Amino acid sequence: MALITAFDEMKGLDGQVRPAYAALSQWLAEVRPEVLDFRRKEAELLFRRIGITFAVYGEAEATERLIPFDVIPRILAAKEWDTLQRGLEQRVKALNLYLKDIYGKREVLKAGIVPEDLVFQNPVFRPEMNGQKVPHDIYLHIAGIDVVRVDADTFYVLEDNARTPSGVSYMLENREIMLRLFPELFSRHRVAPVENYPDELLATLKSVAPDVASGDPTVVLLTPGVFNSAYYEHSFLADKLGVELVEGGDLFVKGGIVYMRTTQGPKRVDVIYRRIDDDFLDPLSFRPDSALGVAGLMSAYQAGNVTLANAVGTGIADDKAIYSYMPEVLKFYLGEEPILKNVPTWRCREPDHLAYVLDHLEELVVKEVHGSGGYGMLIGPTADKAQIAAFRIRLKLNPRNFIAQPTLALSTCPTCVEAGVAPRHVDLRPFVLTGRDRIRIVPGGLTRVALKQGSLVVNSSQGGGTKDTWVLDR
Amino acid sequence: MRILISHQTVYRYERPPTGVIQTLRLTPRNHDGQYVVGWRIDVSENCHLAPHEDAFGNITHVFSAEGPFDELRVLVEGEVETQDTGGVVRGAVERFPPSLFLRETPLTEVSPAIADFARETKTSDDVLSILHALLTRLHADVAYDESPTLVTTTAAESFALKRGVCQDLTHIFIAASRSLGIPARYIGGHFRRADGVANQEAGHAWAEAFVPDLGWVAFDPANKISATDSHIRVAVGLDYLGAAPVRGTRYGGGSEAMEVAVTVNQSGQQTQS
Repeated sequence: MALITAFDEMKGLDGQVRPAYAALSQWLAEVRPEVLDFRRKEAELLFRRIGITFAVYGEAEATERLIPFDVIPRILAAKEWDTLQRGLEQRVKALNLYLKDIYGKREVLKAGIVPEDLVFQNPVFRPEMNGQKVPHDIYLHIAGIDVVRVDADTFYVLEDNARTPSGVSYMLENREIMLRLFPELFSRHRVAPVENYPDELLATLKSVAPDVASGDPTVVLLTPGVFNSAYYEHSFLADKLGVELVEGGDLFVKGGIVYMRTTQGPKRVDVIYRRIDDDFLDPLSFRPDSALGVAGLMSAYQAGNVTLANAVGTGIADDKAIYSYMPEVLKFYLGEEPILKNVPTWRCREPDHLAYVLDHLEELVVKEVHGSGGYGMLIGPTADKAQIAAFRIRLKLNPRNFIAQPTLALSTCPTCVEAGVAPRHVDLRPFVLTGRDRIRIVPGGLTRVALKQGSLVVNSSQGGGTKDTWVLDR
Repeated sequence: MRILISHQTVYRYERPPTGVIQTLRLTPRNHDGQYVVGWRIDVSENCHLAPHEDAFGNITHVFSAEGPFDELRVLVEGEVETQDTGGVVRGAVERFPPSLFLRETPLTEVSPAIADFARETKTSDDVLSILHALLTRLHADVAYDESPTLVTTTAAESFALKRGVCQDLTHIFIAASRSLGIPARYIGGHFRRADGVANQEAGHAWAEAFVPDLGWVAFDPANKISATDSHIRVAVGLDYLGAAPVRGTRYGGGSEAMEVAVTVNQSGQQTQS
């Protein structure tokens, strides 16, 4: 297995420590291994005590486990963050305009920028949203945009998460634990705060309440319940936001209005931060067997009496089949060049692209269009011959179902491993909040790290870990 | 033809529920072959009937009724003037390009058996001929039988049993058409029986498929005909669920029994039952 030469965020390509990492590098050189080891163990204990876990689907014995946490922070210089922030704002602005258009005038389809069949025949396109006005024309209130870096200046958007992106609780917990364990490191850096994320989220949610809502709108967080893999995050966020954590059974719809059952009687609900997938939201509109949703919720939504964050049908913005069109989509709406690049993508639905992909499987990453969590993908350079042969068959059987990308040399960051400190590949999921007034992004996000040497898969379901992400203030 | 329709759904509850919420798709719209002369909805409980239009342009009414009550009655009745258009449906509300109706749904999933059936039936490249062939073969291969299937039965299940009701036959027809790349959709409505029997236990269902240069054409696999002036088109969807006459939820209460009574009668004709 060939290791890919990657850009190291601490030492660059030439081994020279980059300025943002100067203090950390020095600290790493000073700190005794047993101190680092002790702090690692302490961090793990803290995470266990907090009870921050996630569920791994398909593993019977370990339904809940800790995501490994790496104590060495990932650092971004103020200038790097500026570019990222501008790029993220631009991208999410475009995604919102795209969603409004797809469910409205369909100009992007008429202009031939996105093929019609990719939208209308896509199960994540929701006919129910067609011509439906949403409060303040905002569809995507909370986006998690996965970004990877390949050199000193280039960030790529790996994927947009526009449905119910998770992971922000790790961003907050990681910072809290780092502050507790490494105060001396914070004293050597000016780290921009992320602790205000819940305030920013609440301000965003309140700002998008329907016009009919009172001056102080009632916000709730709707969870599928304790069996959901992200339940911990739902309860954590509801607590931080100071809003009720509700399940479908706690809400009901009467006369086109959503109410929450409380000990003081029904209380009108204005904004639902929902962490339930579209399919399960309302048994009268979507899956009739869903016991997780609220009967009639869509009728209240259509009447304009409640805001759902995110809107229904946002999957048509982050679908992998749509992804490759995003640079043109962005230009179409904003008339600007994208600040953050897309990863070059071959669409296997197009015969010449498919031919190329079949010829270069050993070099490419091939993904299922509707897959997520790192399941069902082929990483050519690390796959063996049998895996490639098996994938070739799947690909030929149903080419429309796949896209392919070059294997990116994701940047690396120093990480604690068995043998000491060594570089490991990372990505970044910043969270972008879109309110009626403005876009809010707390500096940083969730850095995921592939703990296995050489591994490019950072997903927690595939053994990835997380790091605190430090954006340095000027 | 002038047709009088009455469609009553009665729910009887073992224990009174504290509330009920329902979405009704029970109101027909006009198109070139159909003019709604008069139509009304009556719900036995006091409630506000809020009219909406769904994704496909169907008229929906959502109501929530507060319990307790022992029974709930939803009655719709009205009169429709129809014309035979040879099954061609023009002037209907269209919100999407035909290609949207190539989407697969859980109820219309194409099983290998249905795909084979569709392929074998396709003996020409002429879409209209293919659809007529599907209609004929489906009627021959799958027996009309009320006993084995439910509203949740999928096209694949019904096709494996080789039995089903109008809903199942329609789902199979739709799945087969889509598997051949022909957009197809589900129609819920009513059918005036030629034998003059007016009382029916349920509404009717058939399919529409998109034929280039002709548009949407209605095929009724249960009756092996294209739709005529005996068909009253009420709701359109990707499958039964999207066009379901009633979708509802009940809060509290025990079990419930539902009874549907439909009468479809040519205006001015005497009812036989």
